[in-house]
This record gives sequence, C-alpha cells and structure tokens, in this order.
Amino acid sequence: MKTAAKPKMTEERLEEIRKAASETTKEVLAAQYSPRKPPAQSEQSYYGLAVLKAPAWTWEVPLYFFLGGIAGLSACVAFVAQFFRSDPALIRVSLWGALLGAAMCPVLLIADLGRPTRFLNMLRVFKLRSAMSLGAWILAVFSGCAFLAVVCFELLSRGFTNPLWTSLLWLGESSAAAVGMLLASYTAVLIGATAIPVWSENRKLLPVHFLTSGLGCSAAILELAGFLIPATQVLGFAASGIETLIETFLEVRKRPVDAPLHHGKSGTTLRIAGLLEGPAALLLRVFWGSVPAGRYAAAVCFLIGALLSRYAWIWAGRASARDPHVLFHLQRRT
Amino acid sequence: MPISAFLTDASLCIGCKACEVACKEWNEIPDDGFSWSGNSYDNTRALGASTWRHVLFLEQKQPMGSQLAGIDEPFRWQFLSDVCKHCANAGCLEACPTGSIVRTEVGSVFVQPDICNGCGYCVVSCPFGVIEKRPDDGRAFKCTFCYDRQKAGLIPACAKACPTESIQFGDLEVLRQRGKKRVEVLQERGYSDARIYNPQETTVGGIHALSVIFGEPEAYNLPPAPEVPTVYLKSAWTSAFISAAIILAIVCAAFSF
Repeated sequence: MKTAAKPKMTEERLEEIRKAASETTKEVLAAQYSPRKPPAQSEQSYYGLAVLKAPAWTWEVPLYFFLGGIAGLSACVAFVAQFFRSDPALIRVSLWGALLGAAMCPVLLIADLGRPTRFLNMLRVFKLRSAMSLGAWILAVFSGCAFLAVVCFELLSRGFTNPLWTSLLWLGESSAAAVGMLLASYTAVLIGATAIPVWSENRKLLPVHFLTSGLGCSAAILELAGFLIPATQVLGFAASGIETLIETFLEVRKRPVDAPLHHGKSGTTLRIAGLLEGPAALLLRVFWGSVPAGRYAAAVCFLIGALLSRYAWIWAGRASARDPHVLFHLQRRT
Repeated sequence: MPISAFLTDASLCIGCKACEVACKEWNEIPDDGFSWSGNSYDNTRALGASTWRHVLFLEQKQPMGSQLAGIDEPFRWQFLSDVCKHCANAGCLEACPTGSIVRTEVGSVFVQPDICNGCGYCVVSCPFGVIEKRPDDGRAFKCTFCYDRQKAGLIPACAKACPTESIQFGDLEVLRQRGKKRVEVLQERGYSDARIYNPQETTVGGIHALSVIFGEPEAYNLPPAPEVPTVYLKSAWTSAFISAAIILAIVCAAFSF
C-alpha cells in the first residue's frame, strides 16, 4: 500500500517540476511580489511569544456574565414594572428570574476557582479598586435583595397584607434593581480594567454592550414566558436596535487591537452573536413582530446571540494576550 | 526599611541558567515541562507559575558594540535573566479580591499561598505577564523575592547562585544608581544601545527588578510602557453608569405606556 501511494519518480517528472516552478516564478514576477521587509525596530518581539498571560477562566465565567446580566436586568424590570403598577404575574416572573440567576451565579463562580473551598476568601476584604472584589460583594448583596423581594412579593400575593411586607418589598425591589445594574455591568468593567489590550481598549463599549444585552435577554425571557405585551416589544426593539449600532460600530472601526473581534474563532463567534442580537432580532421584530411566533423567534435569537457574545469576548481576550506586537504598538503610540 | 531590588545585567549574563536552577530548588517549584522550543538555548520560553526566573537567549543580526562575530553578517547572542518586576504599583496586587497578594516590608509583592483561591484575576491584570495559575494546583504563583530568605537575612537564591554577578541584589536606590553608572560605562566602551529598563514614567511607577539591556525592550518581550490596569477603571465605570441610566430610562419608557 505504501509503495502504491508514492509518485513514480522519473527524469520526466523532474523536468515537470522544473517547468512548473519557472511558471510560478513568472507569475510571481508578474504580480510584482516583493518579499516582506525586515521587521522595523518596533515590530520585534521575543520569538513572537506572548508577553501577557491569557485569561485562565473556563466555560463557567462567560456563562456567569450572561446569567448575571439577565438576573440584574430582570430585577430592574421588576422594580420598574412594580412602580408603574404593571401585571403582577410579570413582576413575579422577573423577580423569580432575578433570584434564580442570583442562585446560579455563585455556583458557576465557585466552580471556576482554582480552590473552590476557599470561595469565602472573596469576602475577606472589600476593595473598590478591584472589580473582582467589588463584584463578589455586588453578587452577595444582590442575592440578599432579590431574596427579600421574592419573599415579600409571595407573602403579599398570598394575602398576608401588612405594611411591613409592602415597604420591605419596595426596599428589596429598589435595591435589587440598583445593585442588579451593577451586577450586569461590573463584569464589563472587570475585563475592561485588565492588561489584555482588546478588553482594555474597549472598556467604554463593553458596559454598553453588557447592559443592553442583559436588558434584551430579560425582556426575551418574559416574552418566552408568554408576556407578549407592548412593554416587552419596546424593550426588544430597543435592545436589538442598540446591539445593531454596536455591531455596526465594531465593523466600521478597524483598529489593529480589535483583530480578535474580526478574525479567528473569537471573531467568527462575535460576528454571529452580533448578527443574532442585532440585525436578526431587529428584522424579525420589524417584519413578524405582530405575530407571537415572530416575537418568540426574535427572543430566542437575542438570547443565543447574547450567550455567544460573552464567550466570544473571553476568547478574544485569549487571542489578544497571545499577540505581543499589538501590545508594543499600543504602548509605543502613546 | 530599605526597599529590596534586583539589578539584572544582560552585559554580564552568560546564560548558564544557575538562577533558574537555584530558584527551582530553593522554592521547590515543580517542573515547567520538558519540551524543546527551538528558540536558541531557551526551552522555558517565558515566566510563569512554575518559572520564576527565566533566562532569555536573543539571537540578533546586530553588532555587539565593536565585537566581531566571526561571520560575515553582524550577529550578537545576548542573555538576560528575567523575573517578576515587583512593581511599585502592582496590577496583580490591586486586582486580588482576597487580599492574598500583599506588599511586604521589603517592598516586594508576595502571594500568600494559604489565602489565594485561584480566581485568576491577577493573571490578566499583570502588565508583564508574570503571574500565572498552576493548573494542577489551582492557585496563582510567581516569584516571592525569596521573602523567606530575606527574612533570615539572606539574599535571594538566584542572586546567590549567579556566578557572574549579573543578578545583583540590594537597596532599590543604590541599584538604580549602579545601573545608571553601568550603562554609562557600557556606552563609553562602545555599546551605544545599552540602556536601563525601568519604566518609571508610566502608571506602574517604577519596578523593583531593573535590567541593563541592549536595544529596545521589545526584543526581550519587556513592555515599553506598561500600565497598571486600575487606570482603566474610571472610564469603564463612567461608561457603565451612563449606560445604566439610559437603560433605566428605556425600561421606564417601556412600562409607562
């Protein structure tokens, strides 16, 4: 078998190779190809090896970013809906969404730790200048507020009317909404304030994206739960509209540092995610927004896009850490 | 208490890797793999969780001062032992959510292994790519500046083992002056691109592991202008608060109909 696969080597074959090579040379000359110039002083690196260390976070962290966004914005939606005396069933779903999200988040975060049994060390200190420390506290406080809100809501809806429960419900809901906003956005600050170029150079864009994405997801979940009311439609339109703008902005602005957002595994994933969250969800709403199927489809599109986008951003960080030249270029520019 | 520092001199390093060996043995660091890189004599590649001293081997098509390379084109073979910079403004220390990473009385940055829970935030916060999570252990590790030895009045293992005094240990101010003088001497002798690597004008605010190098720092994978990532916090939070206000307005508008 091995001898059969081997091409027959003859003098004619050598002539053939020689001819093919000379033809290629002519093509190259016709294309006026010139070899790459030797690298300039600023383009050098140590054998092209990475200067920075890539993020060690595994699959749990992007999923946490996704769920934290949903939980936080669900709490916000619940509070506003309560404020405008909206459908109690919608408020209930949103509050439970916030609480379930808050319950799953710590599990994911603890699973990602190198030493999961030491998770309580996160609450050993409170550091404003560490987004990770602040985030641990935000999550802890959010869980408490969401729990308080859900308990008071369920008590009140079961006929236990008491002014104390009502005021505690308002306290729980308003603080869960406020801390929920922090929960949905601190993750963007967390990766924005790192040494990884593609993250830090997009530190202003990331919070916009994470919050919008969280809002669209919490509205999508309400739609999928059957609340096909104008309010969720407006939220869906707003979220996919802003996401379309973000996607367009990323496509138009071509910076070397953003290469991982356009190329490779992270780039492809981010493009698909952007299309799903932005134009796809928006167009579905524009053309089929009047029928339930269209709204369900838009909601599912947005949710998948939002989840993929979180993974894409983490992968982009890994790709960015591997590129020493972009880092040097950024530091020499300033 | 004076601030401890390293001055690592590329003009004196012979690439013997005694520092790597001494560091590994003293600190009982596990192996960092037994693979060939093909990058000159460097098979450790970079600093990491299990590589706290790393000897770089640079092959450059440039003359080394007035030396003759013995071949037609200019060539120089350079060595430098790299180490954690123990930054004055350390990204890892600022990022650590458990308070595991602390500043010691000798000015070094120390990871307390009994506190670290392996969250990995320091890894992406180091502008030099030094600290790393050790996969089988789960915690983050880096150079301790031989804090245990310093406490006992000894100098760090790498500096002790260095046969050419390329790695010098001492007070930061003294070594800064010594480095400056060394660069002057080297330049006088015709090594015109000799310089000291100490990014003091950046937000890192200077480092406690200085190096005397030849040419641009990029060739050694040393960032020319490292920034401590906490400087990005203000703009990121500002954007977050503005976005949150807009999102809240949108939600209010949606439900007020």
